[in-house]
Amino acid sequence: MTQTSFPFLTVIVLLPIIGGVLLAFVPVDKLAKYLALGVSVVSGVLALIVMLLFKTGDAGYQFVTNHSWVSSLGIGWHFGVDGISLFLMEMVALIFPIILIATGDKTKNNTYSAWLLILEGACFGSFLSMDLFGFFLFFELTLIPAYFLIIGWGGKERSKAALKFFLYTLFGSAFLFAAMVILVVIHHSQTGVFTFDITKLAHTKLSYASQVLLFLGFSAAFVIKTPIFPFHTWSPKAYSEAPTSGSISLASIMAKLGTYGLLRFDLNFFPQASYRLAPILLTLGVIGIIYGAIVAAVQRDFKRLVAFSSLSHLGFVAIGIFAFSTIAMNGAILQMFNHGILTAAMFLIIGMILERTKTIDISKLSGLQKAAPVLSGAMIVVILASLGLPGTNGFIGEFLILSGTFIGHRWWAVVALGGVILSAVYLLWAYQRAFHRKAEESHSVIKDMTMKEKLYIAPLIILIFFIGIFPSTMLNKISPSVNLLVHHVQQANHIVKQPAYAASYKSGSAASKNKHSNLNATELYRPGAPTSRWLYAAKSTSNETNLQMKTGSVK
Amino acid sequence: MKLVFLIPAFPLLGALSLIFFGRKLKEPLAGYIATLAVGMSFVFSVVVWLAFLGYHSSVFVEHLFVWINTGSFKVDAGLRVDPLSLTMVLFVTGVSTLIHFYSVEYMHKDIDFPKFFLYLNLFVTSMIILVLGNNMLLTFVGWEGVGVCSYFLISFWHERPSAASAGKKAMIVNRIADVGFLLSMFLVIHYVHSLNYSAIFAAAPHLSKSVVAAIVMLAFVGAMGKSAQVPLYGWLADAMEGPTPVSALIHAATMVTAGVYLMVRLSPVLALSPDIAHVITIIGILTAFMAAMAATAQDDIKKVLAYSTVSQLGYMFVGVGTGAYAAAIFLMVTHAFYKALLFLSSGSVIHGMHDEQNLKKMGALRIVMPITAVAFFTGWMAIAGVPPFAGFWSKGDVLLGAFGESWLVWIIGLATAGVTSYYMGREYCLAFLGKARWMPATVKGKKKSAKAVSHSPHIDPHEPSYKMMIPVVTLAVLALLGGLLNLPFASSLKFLDNFLKPAIAASPSYLHSSALTQIVLGSLDAIFAIGGGLIAYFIWSKTFERPALEFTLFKNAWYIDKTGDVAIARSSTKLAEVTDGVIEPKVIDGAVVGVTKLVLAVGILIRKLASGFVRREALVIAGGLVILIIIGGLRGGL
Repeated sequence: MTQTSFPFLTVIVLLPIIGGVLLAFVPVDKLAKYLALGVSVVSGVLALIVMLLFKTGDAGYQFVTNHSWVSSLGIGWHFGVDGISLFLMEMVALIFPIILIATGDKTKNNTYSAWLLILEGACFGSFLSMDLFGFFLFFELTLIPAYFLIIGWGGKERSKAALKFFLYTLFGSAFLFAAMVILVVIHHSQTGVFTFDITKLAHTKLSYASQVLLFLGFSAAFVIKTPIFPFHTWSPKAYSEAPTSGSISLASIMAKLGTYGLLRFDLNFFPQASYRLAPILLTLGVIGIIYGAIVAAVQRDFKRLVAFSSLSHLGFVAIGIFAFSTIAMNGAILQMFNHGILTAAMFLIIGMILERTKTIDISKLSGLQKAAPVLSGAMIVVILASLGLPGTNGFIGEFLILSGTFIGHRWWAVVALGGVILSAVYLLWAYQRAFHRKAEESHSVIKDMTMKEKLYIAPLIILIFFIGIFPSTMLNKISPSVNLLVHHVQQANHIVKQPAYAASYKSGSAASKNKHSNLNATELYRPGAPTSRWLYAAKSTSNETNLQMKTGSVK
Repeated sequence: MKLVFLIPAFPLLGALSLIFFGRKLKEPLAGYIATLAVGMSFVFSVVVWLAFLGYHSSVFVEHLFVWINTGSFKVDAGLRVDPLSLTMVLFVTGVSTLIHFYSVEYMHKDIDFPKFFLYLNLFVTSMIILVLGNNMLLTFVGWEGVGVCSYFLISFWHERPSAASAGKKAMIVNRIADVGFLLSMFLVIHYVHSLNYSAIFAAAPHLSKSVVAAIVMLAFVGAMGKSAQVPLYGWLADAMEGPTPVSALIHAATMVTAGVYLMVRLSPVLALSPDIAHVITIIGILTAFMAAMAATAQDDIKKVLAYSTVSQLGYMFVGVGTGAYAAAIFLMVTHAFYKALLFLSSGSVIHGMHDEQNLKKMGALRIVMPITAVAFFTGWMAIAGVPPFAGFWSKGDVLLGAFGESWLVWIIGLATAGVTSYYMGREYCLAFLGKARWMPATVKGKKKSAKAVSHSPHIDPHEPSYKMMIPVVTLAVLALLGGLLNLPFASSLKFLDNFLKPAIAASPSYLHSSALTQIVLGSLDAIFAIGGGLIAYFIWSKTFERPALEFTLFKNAWYIDKTGDVAIARSSTKLAEVTDGVIEPKVIDGAVVGVTKLVLAVGILIRKLASGFVRREALVIAGGLVILIIIGGLRGGL
């Protein structure tokens, strides 16, 4: 853990929140969006500086600030960033200014900008908090601005959609709250201190049964927030009724709160439960991938389509997390960032279409490619990245997740590959219906992208290709923390990684030759069997016989 | 050889400049820039080839940068120069240059002229990455890249619903097959821990038989999609919706051969798994035969060529399956020459006939388009395998491999060669011989009056300008002389065999069969080729209606595609609709709503929340949280 003199993270989190509150009470409608943008950009630049100063190769938290907040309960103002949260922070820092630029038109007043800023601060806070209570506060705080964005600027059925979203996620949070309190109390009973420090809570000794219960409590909030099948039913309505800014916040940013929570808390606090219950999450993830893709295919509302495609894509993230392979987990974190970029770009373009044609009903659109070639070009880039075209960011994430998952959980990966096919089906079909064909009279002469629109979509498009071609710039920063986390889970489950593994990397070496020859014919089709015992030592202790079957597959 | 990165760099630069300045460049400059970019790529391919001839090793890898690195798993971006990749890159860039040049005139006055060349340049870049990539993942980048460009170009005239659908279909069918490629890579990652070809070849002999078989079989599934093998061949016929130069470049000469390339690239692994090699042979010969039969009954000038391409690809896989890898590559190269020639000359015909593609509405074009007729005739002779045209030598090599493998495969191959000559003859006769069916009924039958009729306002068949003739004539010469690459008379004349030897697995010994066998087999090939052609001539030069010889089964390409459409596409749409209409709202959300109702019934507080208090209470919560956080922050040491 490194300490720095300037409290970067505190400023990044607080600036938008204070800015938002001030803006809410200062009636400066015309200036509001510029002020909000200014605040958001300052936070963003600070986040960028943090990334530049971030030490590559360091697995622990950096830029840590830790001060007592409610000392009697051990609640701290405690922030830090590591490889897992770094790019999620950057995602927030990048996307909120874009939202403010893109959606700050005349119909929006100062309250609108204020809610967005508060939401930005809350998202920063959730990703950066090293204090469980702090996380919970920020996590819950995100709900409220999102709710008001939908209510205030949403579509026709906005109140129904907002209510469902609000209650559903609140319902999950109740479990999180209870589980959090129980965890802290158990920790107190063991050590005599109250603390919400997540690095300390990770050392709480829990029986397997209590791990499972607490795991389920924490997960309830996260799987709803993400959402993971079958807890997704709030999302299509909420995405489609929300204004562009709301849809982006929900799908790009807040969805990652869920997957981030699974990674950060479930895996850290309850490594054994996470490991044993992983098949459930893997299965739900895979069902989500296929189910989301199938349902997306027949959507007529473009935003609902994105809602279901998100369900599908976040399924990939889920299996990447619960495959417990470093390759897959690196992919999962990268894919969280990618999904944020792609979904934001998708909703922005849908917003542009809505503005021009007054509809996002795919069956009513046609021939947009001819009328608006630049807009269509941007859309096809986003679509191709979403379906995982090599050379774009979507491919790297998907490929790492699937190949990593394949090593240990072969059949889940094989089924998930169905999503690779289906994503091409529903995305290209939607594109064909809305962009190809002859344009109907009503939208044969629509305006192409304006300069402003090109400017705010450009960073996203550039990132799509940059990450696709140079993913290592990000993976170098992500992987040490991921490897540490995977190692943590392995240790808790008594799986020790064999140091000699690296040697087998270079094929042709004497070591690997011997190992290759150990393989026999039957191994190929037995996913649970220790197929790769020559890659990773599979040592398990005493009564963990059941685990032993799996150890070979987990690295 | 360090310059190898320039080979993909030029077309990439061309594409980038067309993205940003395409609309300012307009016609024909955009086209010439694109042609120049690919031309430079060809020049540097030659430079690298010459440098390679003097190189001490058979493989040169230019490492570019670390692409993916997760600590435990690493993939480099690097270019692999070896005889196989050089052969590929030479003919790909060469043929591409010719087709680019042809397109400048062909796409004249098209509204999206610069965009067309943008896609073509992108395509060539991807194709070069595909063949030069030094690991499977980089090959996959090119593989998907050409797929996407193919999607763009098939649906280039996207306002035509059939074109839009065809593009999408090509992409999706390929995507299905790509799952095989991906799984193959996953297995390689799992067992070899590196996707580099050198690493794979070194590790393969130490892997268990079943792993090797699975890797190769799954890669072949990928190849079946890209190279349109049974049963995944329907998309290629539909792909003819694209502009004809696209059909020539992508759907005949280059992209569709990627599957063959992949299998030859993996030949050191494939050679370890004879069972899968047999599977490849069977699929290959089946495809060759079925597609050839389908080609006999098509009316569209391009569809005949499309099925013919599928059939030829089948031959190439027979070569791969029987271990005659060099023969497969030889056939691939010569096929690129004569099939590009056939497509480009049919493009000239379509151009001259004002976008008429139906053979039944052509006829007698030899009079008004003599050079094109000669070019097409050359293509016919070459694909039929009439000596001394290129196809005779290359197809002969493949059939020789088949003969060593099994007499059944050989016989079907030989018969298919006859059919090939027949359907190409039918096409030639329908288009260029017989009576002109595009003339008004009153002057029908008078060949002499063809010129007079050509003044009619509707149809005015004519030779294209010299700009379109140059590539066609060049290809015709190549189709005639392509056999020189690999003549069987002396081992020193087998240039291609000798050149490729270090890059591919050793061919089985039966390929080195006696001179007598070779002469006998060669004569049989020639007899079938000439015989099939003669039959076609006698039937089709006089008439254009012979329903008895145009079976519905073949017209519909054995109904495989239609079956797939009904069984998969429609039923899954239905499934999706049911899921969306019933399962989602009734079952899954129904459960949620049910639970909510239960809770609502019990909790008065929540009922309050639901009936309008949410807003105020949420505000209060928000205020509380915000105040709490700000206080915390201030106490925390701002």
